[in-house]
Amino acid sequence: MTINDNVIAGAFPIVIVGHVDHGKSTLIGRLLNDTGSLPEGKAEELRRVSKHRGMAVEWSFALDALQLERDQAITVDSTQVWFQSPLRRYVIIDAPGHLEFLRNMITGAAQAEAAVIVVDATQGLTEQTKRHAYLLHLLGVSQAIVAINKMDKVDFDRSIFNRLASEMKTHLASLSLEAVNAIPVSAREGDNLAKPSARMAWWNGPTLIEALDVLPRRRATIDKPLRLAVQDVYHEGDERIIVGRIESGRLKVGDPISFWPTQRTARVKSFQSWSTAAPILSAAATQSVAFTITEDLFVERGHVVATADRGPRQSTSVRARLFWLAPGHLHVGKTLRMRVGTSTVSVTVSAIHGALDVDDLAFHQDRAVATNDIAEVRLTSSVPFTFDLFHENETLGRAVLIDGYNVVAGCVIDRDADVAAITASSATGASTITIHERARRNKHQGAVYWLTGLSGAGKSTLAIGLQQKLFDLGAQVAILDGDALRRGLNSDLGYAPQDRTENLRRAAEVAKILLETGSIVIAAFISPAASDRDMVRNIVGGPFHEVFVNADLAICEARDVKGLYAKARAGSIAEFTGISSAWETPEHPELVVNTGAESYEKCLEKLLTYVRVTAIEGGAIAKGSHASSAAVPAGSLRA
Amino acid sequence: MNDLDLLESRSIFILREAFNKLRPLAMLWSLGKDSNVMIWLAKKAFLGKVPFPVMHLDTGLEFPETYAFRERYSAEWQLDLIADPCPPIESVDQSLPNDARLAARKSLGVTQAVERYGLKGLIAGIRRDEQATRAKERVFSPRAAGNTWDFRTQPPELWDMFAADVPPGAHVRIHPLLHWNEIDIWCYIKRESIPLVPLYFAKNGERYRSLGEIGITRPITSNASNVDEIITELKTTRAAERAGRTMDHESEDAFERLRTTGYL
Repeated sequence: MTINDNVIAGAFPIVIVGHVDHGKSTLIGRLLNDTGSLPEGKAEELRRVSKHRGMAVEWSFALDALQLERDQAITVDSTQVWFQSPLRRYVIIDAPGHLEFLRNMITGAAQAEAAVIVVDATQGLTEQTKRHAYLLHLLGVSQAIVAINKMDKVDFDRSIFNRLASEMKTHLASLSLEAVNAIPVSAREGDNLAKPSARMAWWNGPTLIEALDVLPRRRATIDKPLRLAVQDVYHEGDERIIVGRIESGRLKVGDPISFWPTQRTARVKSFQSWSTAAPILSAAATQSVAFTITEDLFVERGHVVATADRGPRQSTSVRARLFWLAPGHLHVGKTLRMRVGTSTVSVTVSAIHGALDVDDLAFHQDRAVATNDIAEVRLTSSVPFTFDLFHENETLGRAVLIDGYNVVAGCVIDRDADVAAITASSATGASTITIHERARRNKHQGAVYWLTGLSGAGKSTLAIGLQQKLFDLGAQVAILDGDALRRGLNSDLGYAPQDRTENLRRAAEVAKILLETGSIVIAAFISPAASDRDMVRNIVGGPFHEVFVNADLAICEARDVKGLYAKARAGSIAEFTGISSAWETPEHPELVVNTGAESYEKCLEKLLTYVRVTAIEGGAIAKGSHASSAAVPAGSLRA
Repeated sequence: MNDLDLLESRSIFILREAFNKLRPLAMLWSLGKDSNVMIWLAKKAFLGKVPFPVMHLDTGLEFPETYAFRERYSAEWQLDLIADPCPPIESVDQSLPNDARLAARKSLGVTQAVERYGLKGLIAGIRRDEQATRAKERVFSPRAAGNTWDFRTQPPELWDMFAADVPPGAHVRIHPLLHWNEIDIWCYIKRESIPLVPLYFAKNGERYRSLGEIGITRPITSNASNVDEIITELKTTRAAERAGRTMDHESEDAFERLRTTGYL
């Protein structure tokens, strides 16, 4: 098979989308039948099964194989079938139209190069049709054919077709989705699918197959900058072999390459392979490769291979459009794992800029983000991560969001949000004073020490003592205390889980502002939920130290300095941590001080030593606010 | 890059993801054409050696040629072969049709292997074009404890960023050939000269197009006695690949029932 090297080979993947019951599966079933692509006996089987159920021939049964689908006559999951036109091979992905199954529609459409949007002539454009169209746009599908279906139900009326076709084309154009053609069809009878319709003699345009056959293939990404997301590093004797797939660009022996985020450089020494006709000297986009490099660098899964001058971006915060697939609403403060390429990083939804209204295509700030909604959000991490903007390089410009064991959203990264983040969280806007200049003047770096523990564990007492010691040492220091904040900034909040999250989100934003002034921030908050503590860490972004002030519930209750435990036990305080509200013990705090077992003085001393080591003494400043962006020493190679 | 290069590259990507994310990991080796291609791809992915065990779910009912192939190539390809016998026919769901019961022994064999070796990942060579319920599969397909497949709650699968996180007790089925067609498999076998059980090649006017156990697999009428002739035959046939697998056709939902309880 001779193929232009610059065009992606393989079957042309198309997705069929549209509102439930507008006839997508029927269209495909009929298309398969009319092009001779159904296996022998399948058409007879369909006739028999349909008759058995007292129905006319139900072409959609060819795809809706699952018993459940036959019984309910809807498509649950996306199915792939292959079909051959006179020109080329297609893989058609039948995407379910039912709202409940949007995640499956997205799974299907994420693999497509073009879409056929099926619109019922008797129904016209529905909210669901528009949602699908927006998702196609978001998933990067740029060309579509509109099939105005069920023309037999409107007496093959030309004016109805013209009206719907123009309405649809206008809508798609506003999404930069090119509607290559709109075609009047009757899928059940096969009109204008593989053969021109005798019943629509007024139609001079192409059949669906003719329209598909002229769609251009997506250009391969060989001419874009090199991107390879490292999947793994294999050890073969002394050799360390880097493996991954080239997502864009080219790679050849001797090429200088750069690894992100370390930005260490090396040259490609050799490609490794098994059972290839000749040794591999070069490779290009879409190829899975294994190679060695000339330098002894620390490389691991998640690193991105690029060239030094045209590398990916790095930031702790991005603005993205996501489709939310999990049950329930998406809230600010939600902490998720984000996968970009082969790397995974913890992110917090630090802002929701709005949910999409598919009718006016605007993001509305006042709308809650519900299941299947599309939202514009800011995602923030405590460590910089590597990515591209979607419009620049697709592969690293999209991400999957994971909550626990579940994929809950997919998103495209529209822009780097660092500038926006600073403006939003800093009282004075973007600053001309660098973090290093502040550190030089203060003679220490800024850092946040987040004291978490039960009420009565001694957080506030330790915070006050520590502040005094640091002040005496000449440090720029500030306390954020949970009780104090609840009297002022957070006086509108209660103790329900959502309020607790909001309480901590505000505290974290304040801590971030103080951190940007170069201060040592001592925060004392019960912060009982691990997910909230992760959120805080992500929002703060810079040097953050979780300090677990540990004292057993029994000890805290026995102390009961404020008399709160007694009230909680009596039931006069609701949602009290440890009594009527859950406490999640920190699993990996940076420091534990055990006020239950050790004296106050000893605990304070331990805390002070820790702060001195991490923020004040030599070298600390060099670690800066983005410690992990610093180059990793080669010496850690075989650690 | 041609069609086969693209298919190969994506399969290698999938295998490397599985090996990185899911341990312990094993690959099912049915000894059929697809799973031989899969082993070949694993050798490519891992540069000449398969770094995890391969499992033959042995019902004791394979053809003698199949057993001979297993002995020869498990040694030649230096495979870490596990060939535990499947649980007996008495232990399967007796309400299934007759031939499906025979096939269901393999489902129990899978469950047994997952439990016995504590597998987090199991690589299987199914393809979407083989059978309509397989067309619904994900590349990374999570299985709850108990090995069941619930097609209603399949996770979204986006842009080759596969979901490999599963709760304790669950495992992931990995399907590196899901996107291949039957004819792709044969073209790849030709290009790479991958050895096969000789039963695929016609003798006395018959050959096996899909190879299962004695008693539940029937040969087709064919004179295609080598790979080229098989490719030519496939280009013209409209018969379904698994037409010779009797358990698929006993009742409308027989195969789906097998799959929801763990069949491949």
